[in-house]
Formats: sequence, structure tokens, C-alpha cells
Amino acid sequence: MDFVSILSVFVLACFVGYYVVWSVTPALHTPLMAVTNAISSVIIVGALIAAAAAGSPVSKWLGLLAVVLASVNIFGGFAVTARMLAMYKKKERPAAVHK
Amino acid sequence: MHETAVNPWVALAYLVSGICFILALRGLSSPQTSQRGNRFGMIGMLIAVVTTLVTHVPMGGLGGAHGPAIAAAGDFVDSVTVGEILAAIGLGAVIGLTTARRIAMTAMPQLVAAFHSLVGLAAVLVACAAFLNPIAFGIADMVIPLIGQPFAAIHPVSRIEMGLGVAIGAITFSGSVIAFLKLNGNMGGKPIMLPGRHVINLAVLGAILGLVFYFTQDQSPWIFWTITILSFAIGFLLIIPIGGADMPVVVSMLNSYSGWAAAAMGFTLHNTAMIITGALVGSSGAILSYIMCRAMNRSFISVIAGGFGGDSAAAAGGGAAVDRPWKRGSAEDAAFLMSQAEQVIIVPGYGMAVAQAQHVLREMGDKLKEQGVRVKYAIHPVAGRMPGHMNVLLAEANVPYDEVFELEDINSEFAQTDVAFVIGANDVTNPAAKTDKTSPIYGMPVLDVEKAKTVLFVKRSMGGVGYAGVDNDVFYRDNTMMLLADAKKMVEEIVKSLD
Repeated sequence: MDFVSILSVFVLACFVGYYVVWSVTPALHTPLMAVTNAISSVIIVGALIAAAAAGSPVSKWLGLLAVVLASVNIFGGFAVTARMLAMYKKKERPAAVHK
Repeated sequence: MHETAVNPWVALAYLVSGICFILALRGLSSPQTSQRGNRFGMIGMLIAVVTTLVTHVPMGGLGGAHGPAIAAAGDFVDSVTVGEILAAIGLGAVIGLTTARRIAMTAMPQLVAAFHSLVGLAAVLVACAAFLNPIAFGIADMVIPLIGQPFAAIHPVSRIEMGLGVAIGAITFSGSVIAFLKLNGNMGGKPIMLPGRHVINLAVLGAILGLVFYFTQDQSPWIFWTITILSFAIGFLLIIPIGGADMPVVVSMLNSYSGWAAAAMGFTLHNTAMIITGALVGSSGAILSYIMCRAMNRSFISVIAGGFGGDSAAAAGGGAAVDRPWKRGSAEDAAFLMSQAEQVIIVPGYGMAVAQAQHVLREMGDKLKEQGVRVKYAIHPVAGRMPGHMNVLLAEANVPYDEVFELEDINSEFAQTDVAFVIGANDVTNPAAKTDKTSPIYGMPVLDVEKAKTVLFVKRSMGGVGYAGVDNDVFYRDNTMMLLADAKKMVEEIVKSLD
């Protein structure tokens, strides 16, 4: 891919991000931060390429360390988001009728 | 291995992964769809990781990945094994899952800051690896000069991307570490002011940008490492002068940076999944910072410049107010007033989180509902230490989310409300923001608690002021009753009195 097509993907994704994030309900802003944090660990792709690349042992170990850090974030981020989202509950019907 | 010959299926897989991430954020538009959204995020990540493993990691020693990219370091062939990669992922998984399971909901801001620092550090490591082994990333050409060693000439565009990537990653890392220390209480929340800090910061930022551009002319290692070190320094310098109450903006901003760092590395690796994700996370953090700044009526620049909530402001605001008369109430009074009410609006703030009073608060709400009182919760956007902090705590305490309202949706209701119950919040209720042009918080949107028939204000003591260091007129109004105690103890006593 040439630079301009990559830039196009980036700019369009920024617009998508803008509209998608504005539609997130404020009540879920903390889970939003947790999940964006988890998905930004997609940097693990770069870490895996670095770790797998032949030619430089230093680069390999840097890559492996980055894989560990990104994995902490991926597993931790998604798990903590799931834990938070599971807590959001709607009012139970009987309680509403009671009043 | 070279971007010119990317397998279309691989590119497609990364695109699908990027789309999954978009759907993950889309799911957060309502609590009903949010869990499905989170699963989309996991699927996207799985696709990205598996795709990379399949295309880059030599499976079971079958080779294939040992391309022509070895020459740079001589004959040294040191290939990673699948086992090593899986061990690294496994180690990360154990740490991540244990942390996610154990962390208290009140500690969520620290956790998010800590996670941001990891993304930043990972970005720095990847950029370093790419700099040391550029051929493997397909961002350099081997140059064999007539005299001397052959070397890998990194493409100029890639040098800019790499330079920016390492800089943003390093800022994210050191900034998040400081934010973590402040939020976790290892470091005072008070801003730390260095003399001439604006000049220092601008000079360092200028030097980083200058070096990134110079890097396109000269790929010497010293330039790369200087950019890295200066960026670590600037992240540190930028966050230390920012006070605890501005942390929602800082955490959102660092969230944004971690996205831009991923996007910059995505440019380097020509990877769609990373670019899409980086753009999503970057805009998400930027929007959250904007929402937080707007909720405090402050400009982003003034927050970043730091120093808000320092000693000078506290001294200026606190003095005059001590002598004004105010009414003190007891838990029994509060319980009586609320049980007689038709509607009670609870306004929680950071103090509730500190006192861990959310569970007993929900118990109080339940007792009141049993007695036929309508109970609602009003949340100011900057209540707490990160966006949505109060909502998560209330959800943790099993408060149904349809009883929890945002500022714009509930503010008009205070006038028809019998009791406003303020617990651990202060500045977000201060009417001076509406009337007093000289107040440091003038213009900030606030909750109109004083319009309720009675205001019950839970506060530790009369002496302390809010983060802005200004006195709150609500304390001294005729319809206000101060409940001076630890938030949790006070609510516990109210619950007892309601029986």
C-alpha cells in the first residue's frame, strides 16, 4: 500500500471514530476507556512481527517484551470491561410497578 | 515479508479486525448492546493476532519466515519459536486477568492509567525493534556502498512515522506513570510547579519535532535515542504540574495518545487494523477530553498548562467564609426529611468513591423506595477521577442504570424535588459558577441542587473546600442542612434511622 491509501484509511477511520464515540452513552464512558485501551493493544501485531523477525536478537527480545505488555493489556482490558458491563442492570419490573 | 507483496487475504483479515473494533465501540451506545460490543472487540483482536502469527511466525520450525532479511546482522539467525510467543502471551494473560479480576471499582482510574502506560511502552519497544531491524519490517532497502559495510536505509516516510511513534509512545508511557502515581496516592494530587516550566516544555517539544524532521536526513542512532529520551522526559514534565481534579482530562488525553501511538506504528507497518484502531482510540480519547473540559468550562490548553487547584487558590477562597452561619443536621433529621419526600435526587461525587459509600447508598435508596419515595441519581460529567466513574460505581452497587441521569437530563427537575442529597460532591453544585463572575469556576455547568426544597449536604467537615479551592454558597443557605461525617458512616446511620 502506498502512503496516500494508508492515509485515506486513517482519515476515514478518524471520522468513523468521531461519530461512533459521540454516540456512546456518557454512563459507559469508563468502559469506553477500558475497551479502547484494550483494542489499542493491537500494537501486539507490531510486537509479534518484531519478535518473529530474524536478523536481530535485540529486536527479538524487545518484541517479546512488547508482546507480554500488550497481552497484559488485551486480557486485562477486555476482562475488566466485561466485568464492568455485566454490572449495568436495568430496573427490575416489580420495583417499577411497586411505586 | 515485504509490503509490496502482501497477501490480499491477510490485508482483508486485518480489515475485518478493524471493523470488529468499530463495532465494539458502536456497542457502547447503550448498556444492552455493550456486552456484545466487547465480544466483537475480542474477536477483532483474535483475528489480528492469529493473522500475524500465521504470516510472520515460523510454525514448528517449518521455516519460511527466514527470508532474505538476515544480512544486516551478519550470519546470526535467531528465530523466535511459537512456544516463546505463546509463553509471552500466556504470561501477559495471567497478569492481565488476575489484575482485572482483583481490582476494586474505585481504583478503575489508576488501572486505566497503568494500562495506558503499557500501550505506550509497547509502542516504544516496537519502534525500537523496527529501528534496529528495519528490513524485517519492510521499511528499508539494503544499500551496498562501494566502500564500507552494507546497511539498511530506512525509507524517509517510515523514519517520520517511526520517530513520531516512538515519541508519542514514550510520552504516553511516562505521562501515564505519573498519572497512575497521582491517582493511586503514591504521589500528592497537588500540582508540582517547576519554575519556567512552560519554556522548558516548549523547548523540549520543539527539540523533539526538530529531531524527527532531521531524522529523515540522517538515520544515525543518536537521533532516534535522543527523541526517545526527550519524549520520556516531556511526558513526565507535562503531567506533574496537573492537579488531581484535572485527572479526568489527563486520563482521557493519555487514552487518546495511546491510540495515536498505535496509529503511528500502523503507518510504519502498513497495517490496516492498527491504523483503524489507532484512529478510533485517538478520536475517542480526544472527544472525552473535550467533554471533560467543557464540563469544567476550561480550555484544553489551560488544563495542560496545569497548576489548577494549587495552594494559592485555596488560600484565596477559604478565608472570608468561616464566620457565616450554617445549619447542622443529624442522620435522624435526614432520614425523616427523605422519608417524607416525594422525590429525592442523590448527587454523588469523588468523596463517595473515596469513602466507598456506593453500596450503603444504594441500600438507602432501596429503603426510601420501599417507603414510596422516588429516588434518582444525578451525575455531573466530571464527578470522580475519570469520565463515567460515578456510573460504574453505582452500577457496581446494583443501582439500575435507568435511575441514573446526566446533568442536562435532570437539572430542570431539582426545582420540583423535595430533597437533594449531595454526597462527596462540592464544586459541581456551586451556584457561584452561575452568578459570580470572579469565581475560578464561573461558567462551569453545575447541578442546581439549591433549587430543591431541602439540600442535605454530606461533608467531612466545614473546613475543607473543593478542588477548585472556592467556598460553596450552598452550605449557608436556609434550605441546606449540613451532615458532617464520613460519607459512609453518615449513610449507614441514615439507613438505620429509616427502619
